[in-house]
Amino acid sequence: MNGIHDMGGMQDMGAVEYAKTEPVFHEAWEGRVYAISSVMQATGKLRLGLRPPMEAIPPGEYLRMSYYERFLTSIIERMVASDLVTRAEINSGRPDPGSVKATLALSPAEAVAAQLKNPATRRNVPVAARFHTGQPVRALNMNPVTHTRLPRYARGKSGTIERDHGVFVFSDTNVYSLGEKPQHLYSVRFSARELWGHQAAPQDAVYLDLFDDYLEPA
Amino acid sequence: MNTTRRDFLTAAATVAGATATHDAAHAEGHSHQDLPSDVELRVKSLESLLVEKGLVDRAALDALVDTYEHKVGPRNGARVVARAWVDPAFKERLLANGTAAIGEFGYSGNQGADIRVVENTAKVHNLVVCTLCSCYPWPVLGLPPVWYKSAPYRSRAVIDPRGVLREMGTELPLEVEVRVWDSTAEQRYLVLPERPAGTQGLGEDALAALVTRDAMIGVARLVPQQRETRG
Repeated sequence: MNGIHDMGGMQDMGAVEYAKTEPVFHEAWEGRVYAISSVMQATGKLRLGLRPPMEAIPPGEYLRMSYYERFLTSIIERMVASDLVTRAEINSGRPDPGSVKATLALSPAEAVAAQLKNPATRRNVPVAARFHTGQPVRALNMNPVTHTRLPRYARGKSGTIERDHGVFVFSDTNVYSLGEKPQHLYSVRFSARELWGHQAAPQDAVYLDLFDDYLEPA
Repeated sequence: MNTTRRDFLTAAATVAGATATHDAAHAEGHSHQDLPSDVELRVKSLESLLVEKGLVDRAALDALVDTYEHKVGPRNGARVVARAWVDPAFKERLLANGTAAIGEFGYSGNQGADIRVVENTAKVHNLVVCTLCSCYPWPVLGLPPVWYKSAPYRSRAVIDPRGVLREMGTELPLEVEVRVWDSTAEQRYLVLPERPAGTQGLGEDALAALVTRDAMIGVARLVPQQRETRG
């Protein structure tokens, strides 16, 4: 979706508010939201990915909200979409009358183990690569209204395959539980001048990780 | 925690949560400003709901918060970098397969399945960003700082990396090639900074103490050390 989250290349966002050090969580509730999101993810029962609900937040709200406020919005939407809680329950803070208590809660040991395990989005299945290292490619000019990992600033631009990462689950369908559609993922080098014109230094470059489905031969 | 106080907070959260959640769900067109305490109460309300529904164990949440507050962070990445500086064979493995080499330290986890390590040299400077969200190599750097997830950094790192670096205190020579890595999909990136001058003879631990989080994101370069520097 061409949403506010896809902000690469915008110039009106102000200076970076840099802090040399900062706490991991600025408020205790941030840690709770992060942890709730992690344990719910680890149950394997969420049918919607983290990012689509964040990307659906209206632009004004998105920019106003802190990162963990977006996280909170997302985990609520994901649990509702996955029939784990109802909106009435979210609003009341109490289980609906007659609802059955689940047995999904992870123990502390299980929660930490799940968190420290590498997630498995790589697939060892034989899928033919459509492109090879060194090949010139062009990112498609596409404008899906759903989740995608192809940022606007690279669409229609030409680059070169720098590395074939192997076969991965395709985010665009997998985040909606619409199939893994495993395919090759490549590191593609775009020269900064191709993306931004002559204001960029001639030798500079931006590398993006792009799926087979985003590319065509250049 | 004091039980009475927790019960009171839970009850208050339930009442306040109903109002605050309603506002957030119908936020379009509103200029409503949530006070931090509203968010806090909404989260307490959500947590108690999920515990009551058998979806979440409070102790599991405590354990996860503790893991990221105390056990995983940029010190992990610093140890990896220091090892690469003193052990050429390890460095070769690290650049060829970051995830496996980092796994030699026992570091793994969410956002760590495919970590690629990119090396800074006198001619190349690498900078990491996630323009679409907040991708970051958690097992070696911990959770990302606020500025990394902020609109100014995400928007400008790709179009004006040199300007962002300058603003953050690093002026790159014009002839250096800047490579920006936008972590758009499954790869996570860690920058291997150049070993600073004046660190000959320092051991791995002393070297690790010199490595900063910012240098491993690529928004800073490590400063040369005085000869009397001790780790």
